[in-house]
Amino acid sequence: MLLELKDVTLMYGRIQALHGISLSVGQGEIVALIGANGAGKSTTMRAISGLRPVAQGTITFNGEDITKLRADLRVVRGVSQSPEGRGIFPGMSVRENLEMGAYTRRNRAEINEDLDRVFTLFPRLKEREKQVGGTMSGGEQQMLAVGRALMSRPKLLLLDEPSMGLAPMLIQQIFDIVVEINQQGTTVLLVEQNAQQALSRAHRAYVLETGEIVKSGTGAELLTDPSVKDAYLGVA
Amino acid sequence: MNFSGLIQDFGPLTITGLAQGAIIALFALGYTLVYGVLRLINFAHSEVFLLGSYACLIVWGFFGLDQNSATPSTLSVIGLLLLGLVAAIVISGITALGVELVAYRPLRKRNAPPLAFLITAIGASLFISETVGVMTQRNIKGVPPLIQPRDVFVIGNMHVTNLQILIIVLALMSMFLLDRFINRSRLGRGIRAVAQNPDSAALMGVNKGRVISLVFLLGGLMAGIAAVMYDLKIGVTRFDAGFLLGIEAFTAAVLGGIGNLRGALLGGLLLGLLQNYAASLFGTEWLHAASFVLLVLILLVRPTGLLGESLGRARA
Ligand SMILES: Nc1ncnc2c1ncn2[C@@H]1O[C@H](COP(=O)(O)OP(=O)(O)OP(=O)(O)O)[C@@H](O)[C@H]1O
Ligand SMILES: [Mg+2]
Repeated sequence: MLLELKDVTLMYGRIQALHGISLSVGQGEIVALIGANGAGKSTTMRAISGLRPVAQGTITFNGEDITKLRADLRVVRGVSQSPEGRGIFPGMSVRENLEMGAYTRRNRAEINEDLDRVFTLFPRLKEREKQVGGTMSGGEQQMLAVGRALMSRPKLLLLDEPSMGLAPMLIQQIFDIVVEINQQGTTVLLVEQNAQQALSRAHRAYVLETGEIVKSGTGAELLTDPSVKDAYLGVA
Repeated sequence: MNFSGLIQDFGPLTITGLAQGAIIALFALGYTLVYGVLRLINFAHSEVFLLGSYACLIVWGFFGLDQNSATPSTLSVIGLLLLGLVAAIVISGITALGVELVAYRPLRKRNAPPLAFLITAIGASLFISETVGVMTQRNIKGVPPLIQPRDVFVIGNMHVTNLQILIIVLALMSMFLLDRFINRSRLGRGIRAVAQNPDSAALMGVNKGRVISLVFLLGGLMAGIAAVMYDLKIGVTRFDAGFLLGIEAFTAAVLGGIGNLRGALLGGLLLGLLQNYAASLFGTEWLHAASFVLLVLILLVRPTGLLGESLGRARA
C-alpha cells in the first residue's frame, strides 16, 4: 500500500473530528472518500498532508511512518494536496502559483515539462498565465489548485472536492482529467460531494460518517449499495 | 503658522526630509516584512537597529576613531564605511534572528495568543535597550566624522550634500535589491506564499520556520544599513536611539500599508517630508505632534495605508 492510515483520531481543540479511521490507498489506484457535510473528509485530508496533527494512530506513506513529519517534508516525500477552498495565492499570477507547486524541485527542464502538461490538461490556465490568482473565477481557481498540486510530481495526489464550483460540463471534464492523471501514473485520493461521479471513476471508495468509516468497497459496489444510494446518490 | 518660511525653504526642507525619510523607510521594512508573514508587530525591531548603530562605532573604534578624530582620507573612508556597514548588518541580522528565536519561536510552538507576543516583544525591546543603557552609563556616544557634509550641487537655496546623496542612494539601492529578492527569487516567492496563505504554502513544501527566520534576517539587514546612515547623519547614538525612530518607522510602515514593501518606502519618505515641513510651519517643537496629526488624517482617508496591506498582494 502506498498510503495507510491506522486508527487515526484527530482533535480540533476538544472537538473530536476523526474517531479512529483506517484506510489505505494502493499504488496506481483512484480511491474516493465520500460522506455528508461535516463527516470529516477534509479533516482526513489535512491529517494526511500534515496540516493538522493527529492525536492517535499512524499514517504510513511508501513504507515510512510520516505521522509526525512536518507538512512541507511530506511534499518532498511525494504527497500533494489540492485543498478545500482551493487555497490559491491571491497575489501571485497563475504562472507563479504553478511555480509554487514546484517549490521543492530544482530541475528546470522537468518543471517546464510539467508546466506544459498542466497547460495541456487545462488550456484555460495557459490563456490566463499572467492573470493574478485572486481575480480568477471560482472554477478557474479550482483548475489552478489541481494544476498546482500536480506541479510537485506527486506520488499521491489528494483532491478535496475538485468539482466544487464548476459548471456541469466542466465537472465531467475534471473527472476525465483525474482519470487521465491517474493513467499517467499518479495515485489519487479523491474527496467528493459528487458521489455519483466519484464512485463511477474510482477503483475503490470509503464512506465516512461523523468521523468514522462506515463502509468501503469497490466503486461499482458502492454505486449499487442501497444505503449509499439513499444517502449520497440522491433521487435521480 | 509660518507659510512664507515653508515656501521659502521648500527646497532644503525637501532634501533633508528625503534623507530622513530614506532612513525611516529602511527601518520600516523590518516591521512590514515580519508583519506580512506573522501578523505580528516586532517591537524589538527598534533594538535591532540600536545594536547596529553601536556595531559600526565599535568597529571604527578598533581603528582608533572617535568623534574627535580628523576625517580620514577618502580611500580609508570608503573602507571604513564598508566595514561599518558589514558590522552593523551582521549584528543587526543576528539580533533579529536572536529575538525571533528567544522571544517568539517558543510562543509560536505553544500556539500562544497574539497578546503574549506583544508582551514578549516589548519585553525583548526593553531588555536590550536597558542592557545597552547600563553598559554605556546611559551616555551618548559620538560618531567619528567619516563624512564631512559638503555641497555636491546647489539649486536655488537647496544645498544637496554628499551625505544626503549617500543616504538616499544607499537606501534606494538596498530597497531595490530587497524588492527584487522578494519578487523574483525562489525564496522570495516562498515568503510571499506564507504571507498570502500559510497552509497552502506548507502544502507546496515551504518550510515556514525558515521563512520566518528569513524575514527577521532581512529586516535586520535593512535596519543595520539604516543604523549606519543614522549614525553618520545625527553624529551621536544612545541606548534609546531606536525608540522614537522605531515609532516613526512603524508609523511609516502603517502609513504606506503594513506588510507592503513599497508602502514602507513611500511611508518613510512621506513621513520624513512631513516632519520637515511641519517643523518649518509650526516650529521644531511641534515636529512630531504635527506630523502625527497629519498621519492620522491620512489614515482616516485610507485606513489600510496608502498602498494597502499585505506583502503578497503588492506586485510590480
Ligand atoms: N478548524 C476547526 N475547528 C473546529 N472544528 C472544525 C475545524 N475544522 C473542521 N471542524 C469540524 O470537524 C468536522 C469535520 O469537518 P470537515 O471539514 O472535515 O468536514 P467535511 O467532511 O470535509 O465536510 P464538507 O463536505 O462540508 O466539506 C466538522 O464537524 C467541523 O465542524
Ligand atoms: Mg470538506
